[in-house]
Amino acid sequence: MSVFLLKRVATFVATLAVASLVVFAVLDVLPGNVAQVILGDTATPESIAALERKLGLDRPALQRYGDWIGGLLQGRTAQSYSYDTPTATLIAERLQVTLPLASMAMAFTVLIGISLGIYAAARQNKAGDVGVMALSQLGIAVPNFWFAILLILVFAVKLQWVSAGGFPGWREEDGGGPWAGFVALLLPAIALAAVQAAVLARWTRSSVLETLREDYVRTARAKGLSRRAVLWKHVLRNAMIPVLTILGLQFAFLISGTVVVENVFVLPGIGRLVFQAIANRDLVVVRDVVLLLVAMVVIVNFVVDVLYAVIDPRLKPSDA
Amino acid sequence: MTVGDLSAVLIAPPPAPGFFRRAWRHPSFAIGAALTLLLLGAAALSLVWSPHPPAELDIPHKLQAASAAHWFGTDSLGRDIASQLLVGARASILVGVFAVLIGFSIGAALGLLAAARRGWVEELVMRLADFTFAFPALLSAILLGAIYGPGLVTGIVAIGIFNIPVFARVTRGAANAVWMREFVLAARAAGKNRWRITWDHVVPNIASALIVQATNQFATAIIAEAALSYLGLGTQPPMPSWGRMLNEAQTQMFQAPMLAVYPGLAIVLAVLGLNLMGDGLRDLLDPKLARKR
Repeated sequence: MSVFLLKRVATFVATLAVASLVVFAVLDVLPGNVAQVILGDTATPESIAALERKLGLDRPALQRYGDWIGGLLQGRTAQSYSYDTPTATLIAERLQVTLPLASMAMAFTVLIGISLGIYAAARQNKAGDVGVMALSQLGIAVPNFWFAILLILVFAVKLQWVSAGGFPGWREEDGGGPWAGFVALLLPAIALAAVQAAVLARWTRSSVLETLREDYVRTARAKGLSRRAVLWKHVLRNAMIPVLTILGLQFAFLISGTVVVENVFVLPGIGRLVFQAIANRDLVVVRDVVLLLVAMVVIVNFVVDVLYAVIDPRLKPSDA
Repeated sequence: MTVGDLSAVLIAPPPAPGFFRRAWRHPSFAIGAALTLLLLGAAALSLVWSPHPPAELDIPHKLQAASAAHWFGTDSLGRDIASQLLVGARASILVGVFAVLIGFSIGAALGLLAAARRGWVEELVMRLADFTFAFPALLSAILLGAIYGPGLVTGIVAIGIFNIPVFARVTRGAANAVWMREFVLAARAAGKNRWRITWDHVVPNIASALIVQATNQFATAIIAEAALSYLGLGTQPPMPSWGRMLNEAQTQMFQAPMLAVYPGLAIVLAVLGLNLMGDGLRDLLDPKLARKR
């Protein structure tokens, strides 16, 4: 187990290191002149030179990369060009929207996807199963941002139950509050979860059906356990192991989904931040946000890998 | 199908005689193929004809409801929605085809290399594939868009990069299974080198698995293109695209809610068609897997 863990930690660190190099290379080295990109085509050579000095671009690339990563490890980040604030402060502010949104969406995904998957598997080839599968086929084809727009059309435009977008904040003194914040994130979370749940339902169903065919399930049935008892006691625990891997993979899609859906609902999260940064040519913010999003995907998949080994007893003795 | 389906890919025999007759009797394939033909037909038709020029502004007739002159009405600048939908199919197909081609050519080559060489080459290719998964198409598009500016090519490259590890994994998994077969052993005994075996035996045997994957990645690319265009990172004006139509429609939701419905329906029908066709193809080309599902 410890060898397994060490291997995984090494892969995790290496992945993050390579990711940071790629992000740095794309944004800092490839285009030639970052100051030119920031200031646009009309910039004078003097203003470009001044900005290069301010951003430290006159130093060698390797040194700049070292400064960036060294700073991140010590908790220091560069100043945003357009906000004149450290990017960490900007990101921390925006995460107060993005993290709760992603967590709510993940919770809905698990709740809806796994329940529908188990329901369909328990009623294989009956009307319920066919219905769930048809629904999930449709769900997979629906872009999350269009579903978000449809939710706004129904609940904000037609029924007028909620506002069409925006976020009031978590604090009551700002005019928001925990409940108002939760309500504002409800529709975006549902929009994100609907598509992911459709994918998860299919995987859960096929994983449960696969497990139902195992010999130990037949044995359990033969010793007199009811179908329901076998399903809950023996099948689900084992069927959930591959589902966990899918959940890890889905997280990457959820993160990009969050970026898009935040823009549909005009939520002041990481997704809005990075798009405003692109519009303002604030490459420092783009760099740090993209690295953060990649890191989130890598961390979640690392946790899934470790959990996988904890849950699946077959992985323990072999130190695989 | 998503990237996680990759492990399920098995080796398929070449299509049996009477394939097309069986295919049209397969409900999933038949519906999917009909919808896909509709998508291709719309794009082809738009090259020679559309009810109105899609970019023609007609402010006096803006936000009109559906009528005989404008089948799906007009947008806030008086442009004909039906014409924009027709021409918008082109952007989806263009991005889909090129993004799949990039992912297919590089990914399949890497997968075949990994399976043929094994050892550290395989390990390197697979770690590279794992790594690329940490960069969803949207993040690549953000990076590329920030530097080179948004556009059709940015979208194609970003989605194409994302497709590379998907194809690499499918190819390597399927190719590894072929390498274990007796006929490959026989070919090796006969003195064929590994590249000859890859070309003569592995490629024909994994072709159907790759075709199924390509169909599904095409569908994924259409959704990704729409999302990028919605965000302003993909197709740029004046070329109509379904994603950007949705973006523009969102500002008119109180006056003309249906503007936000039509482009979305077009995306869903196109993606549903390709996904159903992919599922059908998998059943038809790989009966073994079909029974397992």
